[in-house]
Amino acid sequence: MTGEQACVAQTLAEKLIARAAGRVSVTPGEVVTCRVDLAMMHDSGGPRRVKPLLESLGASIWDPARVVVVSDHFSPAGDDESAAILDITRSWVATAGVENFHDGEGICHVVLPERGYLRPGQFVVGGDSHSPTGGAFGCYMFGVGATDMAAILATGETWLQVPETLRIDCNGRFAPGVVAKDLILYLIATLGLGGAAYRAVEFTGTAISSLAMAERMTLCNMTAELGAQTGLIAPDEVTAAYLRTVGVKGVEPGQWYSDPQAPVSGHLRVNVSALEPQVAAPHSPANAVAISELFKVSVDRCYIGACTGAKLVDLQVAADVVRGRRIAESTRFLVAPASAQVAAEAEADGTLAALVGAGADILPTGCGACAGYGGNLLQPGEVCLSSTARNFQGRMGAMDADIYLASPGTVAASAITGRITDPRSFIVGGGG
Amino acid sequence: MSGRAWMFGDDVDTDALAPGAYMKGPLSGLASHCLESLDPIFAEAVRPGDIVVAGRNFGAGSSREQAVEVLQVLGVAAVLSRSFAGIFYRNAFNLGLPAIICPQTVGISTGDRLLLETEAGIVTNETTGGTLAMEPVPPHLAQIVRDGGLMAHLKAQRSRDATRGSHEH
Repeated sequence: MTGEQACVAQTLAEKLIARAAGRVSVTPGEVVTCRVDLAMMHDSGGPRRVKPLLESLGASIWDPARVVVVSDHFSPAGDDESAAILDITRSWVATAGVENFHDGEGICHVVLPERGYLRPGQFVVGGDSHSPTGGAFGCYMFGVGATDMAAILATGETWLQVPETLRIDCNGRFAPGVVAKDLILYLIATLGLGGAAYRAVEFTGTAISSLAMAERMTLCNMTAELGAQTGLIAPDEVTAAYLRTVGVKGVEPGQWYSDPQAPVSGHLRVNVSALEPQVAAPHSPANAVAISELFKVSVDRCYIGACTGAKLVDLQVAADVVRGRRIAESTRFLVAPASAQVAAEAEADGTLAALVGAGADILPTGCGACAGYGGNLLQPGEVCLSSTARNFQGRMGAMDADIYLASPGTVAASAITGRITDPRSFIVGGGG
Repeated sequence: MSGRAWMFGDDVDTDALAPGAYMKGPLSGLASHCLESLDPIFAEAVRPGDIVVAGRNFGAGSSREQAVEVLQVLGVAAVLSRSFAGIFYRNAFNLGLPAIICPQTVGISTGDRLLLETEAGIVTNETTGGTLAMEPVPPHLAQIVRDGGLMAHLKAQRSRDATRGSHEH
């Protein structure tokens, strides 16, 4: 391969995979072996499952400094079984020499960038399906199960079938009250659940370059619902600026991008200016429609939480909607910040006070009701409007509960009225 | 392999396969709730060797491997689907459950006896007499299945490497 020039036009996904595979270029469809720069796992799919697998192999971790463990699914423990899982996680990281351990500090997909683990160019695996979140930072990140994770921990590498790229070009300006969550719900409804069919989804266009990192993370996060292998956004000045704030220095914007001539398997164009707030009806994110179609459905519970709906900007938008108002008596309003850091920042800037003042209950950080593992689960027959990523039947508790998905602003506006409500009626030209 | 078919639709998700509320308990308990939101009798009535047949995007959602393990606990021998969600597809082979892509599943009904000839790439519906084509299992995954799953594959690879190493010295 010596002397070979990278004369083949390649997409961002192909360039990132080629780097990890030690190749000049890769072609969609081929199976390559990639070196892993970082492996992240959580308490559910992590130590409790990989420990016995590693023991059966007689293997130890290839490089503990490249492993991050985050306890978020069963944290805080609401019962003995959850407490036992958290204990297994703690004792395993101590024995295995994993120093990058975050215990109850927030949801893995939010903790990872907050602590400066992610940077452009990396090849990262996560033991969770929403791992494409990391693609917002221009690293190639995707989800794997526990057996794949055990093999990666033992060898430091994994196989990957190179995906084709689906380019989603987003232009125009988001209207006030319309956010990234609305765009990704619209795209899932347009393309269908699994509609990306293992492709790498790359978001481009002026509407993307104007988005803050938290919003970009929401877009990439829910490419999981599109069935994408990963979601990506080429790192730019916004990325570099964010990374500087978390202590990652020397990131050159513009180093990682898709060559303009690189072949893609699909190219979708979206004008976000025309986008309305979206709500996904039970039991699929692909059931998203413009809010006017579901207007006035009564809701028993409004939930703001999860990696895709409870970052600082999400809580701020919700606070702007409810500030000085009071939630409907028929509705419970629950807010679970996506990380301890988000909670601290929301406390410091008055966001939490505004939410509590309106009648919100603030819950501990963690995956909480979104994963359906912990406390505060939906009761039989309840209707919930949620800022989370999935509304599959039974996911957040009772099998006959109805879950609707929407942006945090829509959830907050609906908490005030007790019915699914357009947040734009509360944000007059505010722009969120 | 041959077994009775259980039909499901598109987008069978991992919350249906392995409901979150039972994820912290033992696998047998989780398995007893497998697919109950789609077919309340499935977990009780499925028999070893039976084959799950579904539409597109089977296994959508979570990376939880329990979505594969519960099918194995219940004795499901293979899943035949028009397409699979990416993580579920890897998990299935890693744990030794054949996930077979069958672009067309027309003519199969719950209870039909299916004969799967993976080498030949043919599904025969022994109840109706019809045949359908299945896509071949990719070579790198076929090797994992032959070795009995990813962990067994890694052990086999290590012992093959060790043998080769000792011959060289």
